[in-house]
Amino acid sequence: MRIRQLVRAAALQAGLSLVDQTKIITAASELARNTLDHGGGGDAEVQFLQEGVRKGVRIAFEDHGPGIPDIDRALQPGFTTGRGMGLGLGGARQLSNEFSISSEVGRGTRIVIARWK
Amino acid sequence: MDRIPVLKIGAALLVTIQVDLHDSVAMALEEDLSNLIVKSGAKGVLIDISALEIVDSFIGRTLANIASVARLLDAETVVVGMRPAVAITLVELGLSLPGVRTALNAERGMALIQARLSDSYGEPGAAGF
Repeated sequence: MRIRQLVRAAALQAGLSLVDQTKIITAASELARNTLDHGGGGDAEVQFLQEGVRKGVRIAFEDHGPGIPDIDRALQPGFTTGRGMGLGLGGARQLSNEFSISSEVGRGTRIVIARWK
Repeated sequence: MDRIPVLKIGAALLVTIQVDLHDSVAMALEEDLSNLIVKSGAKGVLIDISALEIVDSFIGRTLANIASVARLLDAETVVVGMRPAVAITLVELGLSLPGVRTALNAERGMALIQARLSDSYGEPGAAGF
């Protein structure tokens, strides 16, 4: 998956520690898979962030799939509608410093995560 | 499709994952290993993941599945060489890899498999029937 390489490059640029790099790449991998499996494919945007001395990386995923009817439930570990273990969404939130999700049934889902140095 | 090579060493199968593990490759590995366990009668499967920079829930689940299938086929799976950052990330992700034995490196993993082999040879009555 190419997204992993893009996130790694941005994470390196932001000077994230090895553990933080691994966390954000893993989170991005989970969300990229969700976008493909549940969202029917979509777009991902990887961004290097700099706000003053603060550096980080932000990744936005957007799909035009069926959407998520109950986000709170979808975030719980073990909840799955697919063939996974239901760790992806909640896990990605756990591995990120910032996590936001908006979803509309029948329209699609947008998830943004960020990790700061 | 890319396939990960599997080596046979004594009664063990050795898999070294050296590429970024794509989903289709991971699934092919599960199938290849199951077939090879039956064909070779291997008692152990050693999977070296020291080259893997990340293990996400899909790869984790594949490893757990391989271990479950191998167990049904009378072989023990040992995953070796996990990077510290990967271990930390897996715990935070909530993935504990149930049923998967781990060892720090290939040498210790092989020792685990060897120990199991000598145990089963030494079972009381094994030679008597």
